[in-house]
Amino acid sequence: MITKVRPHLSQNEALLFERSSPGKKAYQLPELDVPAVDAAEALGAENVRVSIEGFPEVSEVEAIRHFTRLSTWNYAIDYGMYPLGSCTMKYNPRINELVARIEGLAWAHPYQPEALSQGCLQVMARVEAALAEITGMDAVTLQPAAGAHGELTGILLIRALLEKRGNPRKKILIPDSAHGTNPATAAIAGYAVENIKSSDTGALDVGALEQLVTGDVAALMVTNPNTLGVFEHNIIQAAEILHRRGALLYMDGANMNALVGIARPGDFGVDVMHLNLHKTFSTPHGGGGPGSGPVAVKKALEPFLPTPRLRRSGKKLAWDYKRKHSIGRVRAFYGNFGVLVRALAYILAHGGDGLRNATVDAVMNAVYIRKKLEPHFDLPYPSPNLHEVVFSDKRQEAHGVRTGDLAKRLIDYGFHPYTVSFPMIVHGALMIEPTETESKLELDQFIEAMISIAGEVESDPQMVKNAPYGTRTSRVDEVTAARKPVLRWKPQ
Amino acid sequence: MRYLPKSDSERRQMLDACGFSSAEELFAHLPEAVRLNRPLALDPGISEYEIVDYFKRRAAENANGYASFLGAGVYNHYRPVLVDTVVSRGEFLTSYTPYQAEISQGTLTAIFEFQTMLCQLTGMDVANASMYDGSTAVPEAAMMAVRATGKGRVLVARSVHPEYREVLRTYARNQGMPVEEFGYVAETGSIDLEDLERRMDPLTAAVIVQSPNFFGIVDQVKAAARIAHRHGALLVMVFTEAVSLGLLEPAAEADIVAGELQSFAISPCYGGPFAGIIATKERFIRQMPGRLVGQTTDSRGNRAFCLTLSTREQHIRREKATSNICTNQALIALMATVFMSVYGKRGLRELAEQNLAKAHYLAGRMKPQPRFTGPFFNEFVTRVDGRSPEDLNKALLKKKIIGGLPLGGHYPELKDCMLFCATEMSTREAMDSVASVLAVAKPQEVQA
Amino acid sequence: MYPENFRYTKEHEWVLAEGDNATIGITDHAQEELGDIVYVDLPKVGAALEQGKSLGSVESVKAVSDVYSPVSGEVTEVNATLADKPESLNTDPHGAAWLVKVKLSNPAELAGLMSAVDYLAYVGAEK
Repeated sequence: MITKVRPHLSQNEALLFERSSPGKKAYQLPELDVPAVDAAEALGAENVRVSIEGFPEVSEVEAIRHFTRLSTWNYAIDYGMYPLGSCTMKYNPRINELVARIEGLAWAHPYQPEALSQGCLQVMARVEAALAEITGMDAVTLQPAAGAHGELTGILLIRALLEKRGNPRKKILIPDSAHGTNPATAAIAGYAVENIKSSDTGALDVGALEQLVTGDVAALMVTNPNTLGVFEHNIIQAAEILHRRGALLYMDGANMNALVGIARPGDFGVDVMHLNLHKTFSTPHGGGGPGSGPVAVKKALEPFLPTPRLRRSGKKLAWDYKRKHSIGRVRAFYGNFGVLVRALAYILAHGGDGLRNATVDAVMNAVYIRKKLEPHFDLPYPSPNLHEVVFSDKRQEAHGVRTGDLAKRLIDYGFHPYTVSFPMIVHGALMIEPTETESKLELDQFIEAMISIAGEVESDPQMVKNAPYGTRTSRVDEVTAARKPVLRWKPQ
Repeated sequence: MRYLPKSDSERRQMLDACGFSSAEELFAHLPEAVRLNRPLALDPGISEYEIVDYFKRRAAENANGYASFLGAGVYNHYRPVLVDTVVSRGEFLTSYTPYQAEISQGTLTAIFEFQTMLCQLTGMDVANASMYDGSTAVPEAAMMAVRATGKGRVLVARSVHPEYREVLRTYARNQGMPVEEFGYVAETGSIDLEDLERRMDPLTAAVIVQSPNFFGIVDQVKAAARIAHRHGALLVMVFTEAVSLGLLEPAAEADIVAGELQSFAISPCYGGPFAGIIATKERFIRQMPGRLVGQTTDSRGNRAFCLTLSTREQHIRREKATSNICTNQALIALMATVFMSVYGKRGLRELAEQNLAKAHYLAGRMKPQPRFTGPFFNEFVTRVDGRSPEDLNKALLKKKIIGGLPLGGHYPELKDCMLFCATEMSTREAMDSVASVLAVAKPQEVQA
Repeated sequence: MYPENFRYTKEHEWVLAEGDNATIGITDHAQEELGDIVYVDLPKVGAALEQGKSLGSVESVKAVSDVYSPVSGEVTEVNATLADKPESLNTDPHGAAWLVKVKLSNPAELAGLMSAVDYLAYVGAEK
């Protein structure tokens, strides 16, 4: 019985270009208080465009209706839970939005005098300090724009340190359970990727690691807890193996929501890691970005951090550009400041104890879901899980129904799907992470929905395979979209 | 804590259901050696009011109420009120990447419109759903050119934003991609075509030029493209001031366009988050990094949109991906989309024309005349006589004006010069003030 | 199902040799694993192929699979219809949807490949 949703009329809406009419406008500029300039004269006629062909012309009313109607076709955290594993779709506090828009912060130009930017610098220094404390690391850079960007920065730092020691080495070890950004990042950083198979229990195989860490290996990239939601219990041993052979341990911080206040990567041997502020620290996903991917390092890597670094002299903060060993810049300016403000607001709201409590609730929610769903879904790896749990579709596959189908049917119950088919070490994975900001009611509704769907698989598998039914569009034809890509609107 | 929606009795119920007698048992399986056995050394959590107060104090420590003439890659443009109205909607703000098309048609449709408008503005066939920012779009474009041509070397103009060039070098160093710079003509501020020709060779994959360039000069993209193509290289055109696209003829000869959209209703925000863009010709589609939204139908025949050509991306291609990027700046791109919708075909042009008028007014009031003779859009370089640019800026600050960017740090040969920017938000009054401060007699003369 | 006169590889490619020339494709098993095929990336005429090395790839919506050359040689012809109709790989992988034709540089390599009977057993065992 579906209790979370009911059908409801939602408006149709064409594309802006189809709503357009010459002469309609949604703007008004003030009168020029200086003489107009003839563009052709000033720039050369050949440099001036005749018009922006096909660009929309709509009124303000049409514009607001257009985007409002579009918005009603989206699911969002504000509607309900996203059980997406490793995405940490927690509540995006609205106060974060308010403070990020305060004029003195929002309109700060990165090149304005440092004496007139102390507020921004103080915010950044506070974020650096908080993240260092949370991760147990020695220094933090806030420059990277997203998690993958942070990963790249981290690997470049490793390369720089090893180069300084005489040999950058050739390869990076990556578990077969890793997120796709990990090997992609290693390749962009100029390293070859070698896969390390997980053990039978889905954990990091230190026996295999012993064999694989040669003088050619620069680092191991690990996610902890891993993508099964399980803490890598032999992480300290792994770190020792690497360090003994002059290699480093990189940690993908995507799953930090299981660790904040409980364990610190710096304490279990991690040399460098990135954080995802849009996951653990509540900054909004906004439909796909922006994110922010700060990188935290141990002292040995500090000299290589991107330029510039924040430096304190007395009460004042300033940017230090004199950094001989730095890897350089990974982006212009200083970082996604607007995202840092939001993350800091989140940290300030929780405080140290609050952050730990959030972690406890996050783990409690995931363990509760596991307990309730275990009778109905196959659990391939029985180790205790933390903030997320991974099932497989093995039982449902017997009826011809796969994880992707179950996910689509979950939509009819009023939820966003969990993460489908990842990690790759689980055949037909269902990866579920509720986060701490879900109530027991929401969790119970999710559990009921999943159990109901498991029942539907047995009584009417074909119905499940053709879900969803209640959405504006039914399943879209991704095959034609890829065979004959249409990537923009064109006038008829 | 107000974001944790469970009561203590609910927690007890849940722990009971799991067979635990306390929450601490959830972590009992962790090795003792990894456990943090003290509270985090962070201040206790504070109330909403106190949070607002904290950030208001920080904001007060920044520049407030100054007229600013800074550009150099980040521009002060008015943000239509509709922008925040739209992006503040929870359906846009708190939604996830649109992997599940059936419940993300709002985001997907908006991105499709965004991609379309960027094609219309840049004259390219296809645009992606945005990159982190303009500065990282440049190395991504360079890597794209390397993939497409099979060659390894890149030439970049010195008149491309200095920090963008730094980022390019960071990426290139680890790709084994040699990067060489070519200069600008001292008089015009435009790229030195002869220097470019001299440095071209059959191994060059891309020639990277910016227009308007860092000096604000509308540059010779067509001519650079001809040289590049003659040697089998691609032309990458970079822009940092998106408003210029409202007025400037897009270079049809460019193969890849990489730019920054901050001007389209994205607050300067001390340097980020912004949104970059890569747009290109049809034949390079499969080499493009970043997300792409495509049009399709659902099983009932309705038009629908979905992410497509995903096999280029990291989650499928892994180490052979076109990039490691896993984001598109969706919310930021949405701000730009709303901005473009509000201004529209004529508004964007009118906005650009106002920018042109304001900057030319300011340049006209200043003595001496701009340092470069090349045509400029809304930024220009001025040489300062008799004192340093830094001293001039100090004098301007006294009038609550933030002056242009001194160029000596990035261009030692221009250490007596500064880069001024005027936009539709620059008032005549402020510009007259700048001119008067500049016109003040040199310090030695004052003493006489 | 699997033509007797083809030879097969463990990576699910087939090759049909006629004297010094051969035609290469992917097997029915391969296309079924991939699902709806959306794009095929093929080498150019004149490209040199080496046995066991990737000659291109086949894409579905959610996966990419490298195609490994069963033989060494030089590409003499590329199947032009696949650009427009990649879906034919799903319907006729052993016939009209061949990938490339090559001039063999080492015909002895064929002896090391699987026969139709062996391949059938191999894919049966894989399941």
